[in-house]
Amino acid sequence: MTLFRQIGAVTAMNLRTIPQRMASSCVVVVGIAGVVAVLVSVLGITTSLEETLLSTGRSDRAIVLRGGTNAEVSSGLSVDATLTIIDAPGIARTADGEVAATIDMVTGIDLAKADGSVAAVSLRGMSAEGLSVRPEIELVAGRLYQPGLRELIVGAGVQEEFATIAIGDTVPLRESQWTIVGVFTSGDALESGFLTDVDTLLSTYQRTGGSSVTVVLESEEAFDVFRDALTSNPVLSVDVLREDEYYQRQSEGVGDILDVVTTFVAGIMAVGALFAALNTMYAAVSSRGVEIATLRAIGFGPGGVVASVLFEALLLSVVGALIGAAIAWALFSGTTINMGNLVSSIVFRLQVSVGLVAQGILWACAVGLLGGLLPAIRAARLPVATAIRGL
Amino acid sequence: MTALVTIRDVDKGYVRGKQRVEVLKGLNLEVETGEFLALMGPSGSGKTTLLNLIGGLDKCDRGEVVVAGQRLDRLSSGQLAKWRARHVGFVFQFYNLLPVLSAERNVEVPLLLTRLSGKQRRQNVRAALELVGLGDRAKHKPAELSGGQQQRVGIARALVSDPTLLICDEPTGDLDRESSESVLQLLELLNRDHGKTVIMVTHDPRAAEHASRLLHVDKGVLSAEPLETAA
Repeated sequence: MTLFRQIGAVTAMNLRTIPQRMASSCVVVVGIAGVVAVLVSVLGITTSLEETLLSTGRSDRAIVLRGGTNAEVSSGLSVDATLTIIDAPGIARTADGEVAATIDMVTGIDLAKADGSVAAVSLRGMSAEGLSVRPEIELVAGRLYQPGLRELIVGAGVQEEFATIAIGDTVPLRESQWTIVGVFTSGDALESGFLTDVDTLLSTYQRTGGSSVTVVLESEEAFDVFRDALTSNPVLSVDVLREDEYYQRQSEGVGDILDVVTTFVAGIMAVGALFAALNTMYAAVSSRGVEIATLRAIGFGPGGVVASVLFEALLLSVVGALIGAAIAWALFSGTTINMGNLVSSIVFRLQVSVGLVAQGILWACAVGLLGGLLPAIRAARLPVATAIRGL
Repeated sequence: MTALVTIRDVDKGYVRGKQRVEVLKGLNLEVETGEFLALMGPSGSGKTTLLNLIGGLDKCDRGEVVVAGQRLDRLSSGQLAKWRARHVGFVFQFYNLLPVLSAERNVEVPLLLTRLSGKQRRQNVRAALELVGLGDRAKHKPAELSGGQQQRVGIARALVSDPTLLICDEPTGDLDRESSESVLQLLELLNRDHGKTVIMVTHDPRAAEHASRLLHVDKGVLSAEPLETAA
């Protein structure tokens, strides 16, 4: 009990002197705020992207790619292969009695933004059964594309990112103009691109086979039958994955890169903030040497002094973390982000969640603790007899 | 009368730069319970070093320091802190009050190391401030008090936990004559009427006159008379 009183008394004394040390205390707060703002923003990109990708795909759907490829954009299947795939056991039927499978071709379109920069947006061609295979696709404006015509429907996410895109606009593709005839939502990564008829798209690219085949399984358990039938076929060289597993793998790849970038950038900034905290807390301990020595003379133990210095460093860090998180939230939360390369992209909304803020505060606490530890030990080891006289 | 402080054959030195300076050499001293001892001597003579050893703020290099029945030279830093909290009240030359705390909060600080309730602490603080004549200045911060008043707050802080021993390091060194007299009379009162043993370091012969015994420290040696006179 007395230890808590000791910590409380010394901490209260320390905190009441902060106004006299406002400038150096602000250095810690601002440094930590910068670290946390960057950390929370970049982590927000990672987690929001992962959430978008993980919400895409279902476990009762399977996707078939050419063997050895890990993404649709780099996959290619022959016509014979696609016919063999949709003939495999375990595939459900649509209400019309057709095989619930879509042969897709995935490519990219370069779109100009309002600021003149160019971003790649994915374009997916689907078979006639595509909408039955993916019932989450909902037309919210205009009409569906017609096979044989150069028509597209655009995802709501693309429309958010490229504000000028509207029904009736044309998009250049392979020296021809394609008309946007509708807008769709799907609540997942598909919203980040365009949809069209696969045969029209294949002919435009003068290709015959698609990139992938996505099927609805008779049940989740039918996956093994479906996969084994294809992977044991000596004529085929394909990879078969549950659709949700496929998107999970896509998110892992991007997430790993972003994690490295986040850790690197935030780590460098954290080192800077750490030195700011060290400097500030050393100055704080030095300026209160007589007061600390007086308390030690009266009978306060070294533990209470250490804890109080650490508490102050933690408090400054947490204040900085909250400011940093608030900056990240105000500037970026809800912002639409387009991440992509030359052939595909994904549009998602950055969310600054409570979990991310908590993660930022944990980083800040680590920096605060490390920054406060050495000054705290110095405070506890002050030679009382000399320090008490300000020597 | 029993000895509250017993110092036997104590050596104490410091390293300054590359040189070791011996401050106290084979020093012996006994202070009886209820005594008011004044220590005088020139700067660097070792009187504050001696005071620090008695108050448990420093440890000797050799010899024995026994205060209130406890061998201080055998205690760790943490044990010394606890011992000081129970047995010693310190009065400093520059008061050493915490500037952000009011007079009553400053006086309450030593009681935070006890198991007293908040109500009991407030009662003791009020009694201590009344005793030093500052009952009406409880809410004032140190900067709002005169030097003499600040030192009286310092004395209230030193006696609030009812210690056996008051250690006073030049308590009037920063005060004018009138304030000095007031502080010295207060120390005398605490010694005479409340039985506190007081050990005071001072440069001022008039301050030393308030003590019941005067010792001179010079070059680490104690004597009843100043060294040049004694010789």
